[in-house]
Amino acid sequence: MSGESATRITPGNAYRPEDVAAQVAEGVEVSEDVAEYALRLGDDALILAQRLGWWISRAPELEEDVALANIALDLIGHARSFLTYAGAAWGKSEDDLAYWRGENEFRSSYLVEQPNGDFGKTIARQLVFSAFQHELYSRLVDSADATLAAIAAKALKEVDYHRDHATQWTLRLGDGTEESKRRMAAGLVSVWPYVDQLFQDDDLVGRLEGVAVRPSELRAPFDAYLAGVFAEAGLELPDIPPAMTDKSRHKHSEHLGYLLAEMQVLAREHPGATW
Amino acid sequence: MATQTQATLQAVPSAEDEAGQAYFDKIIAEDSRIEPADWMPEKYRKTLVRQMSQHAHSEIIGMQPEANWITRAPSLKRKAILMAKVQDEAGHGLYLYSATETLGTPRDVLNQQLLDGKAKYSSIFNYPANSWADMGAIGWLVDGAAIANQVPLCRASYGPYGRAMVRICKEESFHQRQGFEILLELSNGTPAQKQMAQDAVNRFYAPALMMFGPTDTDSPNSQQSMAWNIKRFSNDELRSRFVGMIQEQVKVLGLTLPDDKIRYNDETGMWEHGELNWDEFHEVLAGRGPCNAQRMERRREAHENGAWVREAAAAYANKKAQKAQVA
Repeated sequence: MSGESATRITPGNAYRPEDVAAQVAEGVEVSEDVAEYALRLGDDALILAQRLGWWISRAPELEEDVALANIALDLIGHARSFLTYAGAAWGKSEDDLAYWRGENEFRSSYLVEQPNGDFGKTIARQLVFSAFQHELYSRLVDSADATLAAIAAKALKEVDYHRDHATQWTLRLGDGTEESKRRMAAGLVSVWPYVDQLFQDDDLVGRLEGVAVRPSELRAPFDAYLAGVFAEAGLELPDIPPAMTDKSRHKHSEHLGYLLAEMQVLAREHPGATW
Repeated sequence: MATQTQATLQAVPSAEDEAGQAYFDKIIAEDSRIEPADWMPEKYRKTLVRQMSQHAHSEIIGMQPEANWITRAPSLKRKAILMAKVQDEAGHGLYLYSATETLGTPRDVLNQQLLDGKAKYSSIFNYPANSWADMGAIGWLVDGAAIANQVPLCRASYGPYGRAMVRICKEESFHQRQGFEILLELSNGTPAQKQMAQDAVNRFYAPALMMFGPTDTDSPNSQQSMAWNIKRFSNDELRSRFVGMIQEQVKVLGLTLPDDKIRYNDETGMWEHGELNWDEFHEVLAGRGPCNAQRMERRREAHENGAWVREAAAAYANKKAQKAQVA
């Protein structure tokens, strides 16, 4: 029946990880392909949240401790929803997936795995990723998969704020002092080789026509958005070729191993424990 | 000669001061509120700036032991809860700095006092958070002690302080419940988890009791603060009340407190506890606790590393303002 939603929740309403979990508990069917796609979305959000979490208590201003924590919290929420949904295909929980997968089983992109660097680099990574995610979720709300659409609908409102936050800081740093301009530009140079991977189509996306968003379709609006920000900030578009990455996201940067070692250490010391 | 005249002049209060003092005394006697624009004795102002900024600094430094576990939290739900909690603490810090600013001392001055080691913060945060269970113990015992201290402050005579405390106490009691829940989960978990919980309670019990400050016989500022309706109960009264509360709650947790001297004294109506190591308290206060140097270094580092960002934001705001003027 058309219009009948597997989630019973209209996109746009608050859709929490617990709602997805309740859905999964009722035995919602998730195909391997959809699960694999949800892993990509969830892992990007999770790894970036893990990175941003480091800033809390170290930010340049108290207001930024609050803001970066807020963004990290939103991303953890997205990750929990996507991972819970993905886990339904394999009988695994969000925590099984977050804490008990090895490095090669993650589907995060090189960009979110990049270290925080200074505030300039963190903002550069935020700008690029939130602009990408904004285009992605804006289209995912129309996915034929009602759960993905509902998660995206909730996340989009939050990512709208993330993108604005990164944009405002890019303007301040780009058009602030000589030093801030230099650092912001250096941050962009540092993350730019990993931008291209976000926009690569692969077979999975091809098989999920109507369910997944084709990353390549997001590049033009992404470029247009960034061009506007850079022009206002007085920054140049980095002229740097993309690094060799992996469109199917099986390969990772060296950084991911360290990040996971820290993130998973306690959970893995206590197999089978609940927290 | 000139100094003497000055001293004499200062000693005689102006008519304005006399009227102000009369108004202030009346407000205090009525147990109502002093507001920022009201006249207040210089000592009252100083006491408040000291106490409120110390509280703000405690929130900011207190973020560190908990932020220490954000990247290692053992489940995504716990990670989210912990992030939100540390975020709340930054919010409390901001709120309290703003309330302190109404007394005429700007935030950057207060911050500098912290960085220069001239201002204190709660000594509890100079103890390390070594295990995940410490997130539970800090919530249950440290936030619990903070609430016991702070609930009466909601009625503090200085308006902005009292109002700030109302909101902060609401969030703190939420944090305390979360801490209790972490410990409960651990206590009902594997033997290793239960052991972790007991160990955390053992380490945080005494430092949490010391959060109420020295014993009444050794607390020089308390008397005046009580006369001004800033403080409502003595350190020992609050500590006793707290012990009574947690000795009951620890039973629900299935854990024990590391103190076999806890008893209710029918005659005094007070809960008694074992001797606290006040030498240790003064050592930590003097900067020689396990983490004093580490906490200050981290705060200083964040401040210094952020200098170029704050300068950029200021420069950008200036440019914007100038453009707006031209237009």
